[in-house]
Amino acid sequence: MGTIKDIQAGIIEDFEMFDDWIQKYEYLIDLGKELAPIEEKYKTEDSLIKGCQSRVWLHAEKQDEKIIYTADSDAIMTKGIIAILINVLSNQKAAEIVSADLSFIDAIGLKEQLSATRANGLVSMIKKMKLYALALNNK
Amino acid sequence: MFDVNKIREQFPILKRKVNDKDLVYFDNGATTQKPQSVIDAVSNYYQEENANVHRGVHFLSGLATDKFEATRKTIQQFISAKHNHEIIFTKGTTDSINLVANGFRSLLKKGDEIIISELEHHSNIVPWQMCCEISGSTLKVIPLLDNGSLDMENFNNLLSENTKLVAVSHVSNTLGTINPIKEIIEKSHLIGAKVLIDGAQAASHICLNMQELDADFYCFSAHKMYGPTGVGVLYGKEEILNTLPPYQGGGEMIKEVSFEKTTYASLPYKFEAGTPNIGGVIAFKSSIDFIRELGVKNITKYEDGLLQYATSEILKIEGARLYGTSKNKSGIISFNIKGIHPYDIGTIVDKMGIAIRTGHHCTQPIMKRYNIPGTVRISLAVYNTKTEVDICIGAIKKAQEMLS
Repeated sequence: MGTIKDIQAGIIEDFEMFDDWIQKYEYLIDLGKELAPIEEKYKTEDSLIKGCQSRVWLHAEKQDEKIIYTADSDAIMTKGIIAILINVLSNQKAAEIVSADLSFIDAIGLKEQLSATRANGLVSMIKKMKLYALALNNK
Repeated sequence: MFDVNKIREQFPILKRKVNDKDLVYFDNGATTQKPQSVIDAVSNYYQEENANVHRGVHFLSGLATDKFEATRKTIQQFISAKHNHEIIFTKGTTDSINLVANGFRSLLKKGDEIIISELEHHSNIVPWQMCCEISGSTLKVIPLLDNGSLDMENFNNLLSENTKLVAVSHVSNTLGTINPIKEIIEKSHLIGAKVLIDGAQAASHICLNMQELDADFYCFSAHKMYGPTGVGVLYGKEEILNTLPPYQGGGEMIKEVSFEKTTYASLPYKFEAGTPNIGGVIAFKSSIDFIRELGVKNITKYEDGLLQYATSEILKIEGARLYGTSKNKSGIISFNIKGIHPYDIGTIVDKMGIAIRTGHHCTQPIMKRYNIPGTVRISLAVYNTKTEVDICIGAIKKAQEMLS
């Protein structure tokens, strides 16, 4: 597993190959489909992320000093977005997650690809991931 | 002669591109686009006529007042109200409903009942909940049948001598159902209850005649009728409006003010505190003129044809399920495609220049009723075409292909 910075660079490279929005969306849809499932018991009211128009559940736990995220959503595009974030942030140390500069989001134009409400959802997802890391780090 | 291409020419925004594609605008239930005449009226007001209404002796104030009041007269005619002063200008339908709910709560007591329905927009639910909370009265709800029409048998049972007010929409903003408001009004009046109709989704689609309908209150918004945002109408029967206390205090709504006792102005000014949206009200006349020129009956007929066409085309999509299949429908189609979240469809077709609505449409009780997170909604206006329906269906099929 590479560093957050390396993984971001890989994603930026992937997106550079795409010519149009259809390819970008198809990539997100594929990521959404491939996302490892969250355990049903973690799909609770508490794990729901506020600010998303579709429902997104996010769970985090600490394993050997690293934070492991799992997530699910009822909308596949949303699932693709959370899958990208999980690729970048999951299996990293809490301190690195909290301080991570997620510059890839602007570099791949993810926010521009999303409607304003979805972009807000993206911000909420990142916030919740960082908050989980912060909370688990102190445990 | 009804020529949709001629109509489209009047709407400059329909010429623009969205995501490099021709805009296909099917979110008319949220707000309609504006014809050039309305845009010109707004801009002309600020360029040539701007002054405050009802107070100045100077030329411009008189001009603005005359034009402002001309809109009131036009609306009175448009909805066949008995009196000019039964037309109250508000910020919109929500504001109109809140005005009535706010006034009504002082007339209600514990044990009184208000009836609404399961298909109401949150704007016709929450004000009544607030009204009940403060007055101690009880909210009753007419349930929906599976086809999205009101369970009228249940309504008959809900009506009682405790019923003081019934508030239902004319057309459901999510399901398109045209409710049997004439029957609801007649039955409510038999037991002495007043009736408020939320006409937001009806006023630019269905012919309105207040004297024939006999509604006590009827609310609608200019921006869903090709007019500007921030302007709405509360129609109320004179004798009932006179029993309601003022909604807001301020300028314009007074007769005389002293620290001992303030007396209120007569209708309609009693309910129009503060400087209104003058430019918006003036431009609203242009949108009513636009509708009247086409003829509401012609609009209904054209939109009904388009509704039937779009409905049958949507049903051809594999896995499509409609919500709202009542016989009496206006141009709103809600649906889902099996295994696909409505947001995924909305996001993808947006990239193809198509504006449709996805989500709960401010009607969460309907979503709960059908146990769905939301729907995809196509809502029609007079400038929409069959070609646009075809483009939209093609885009939805493309989205389906990408998502499966």
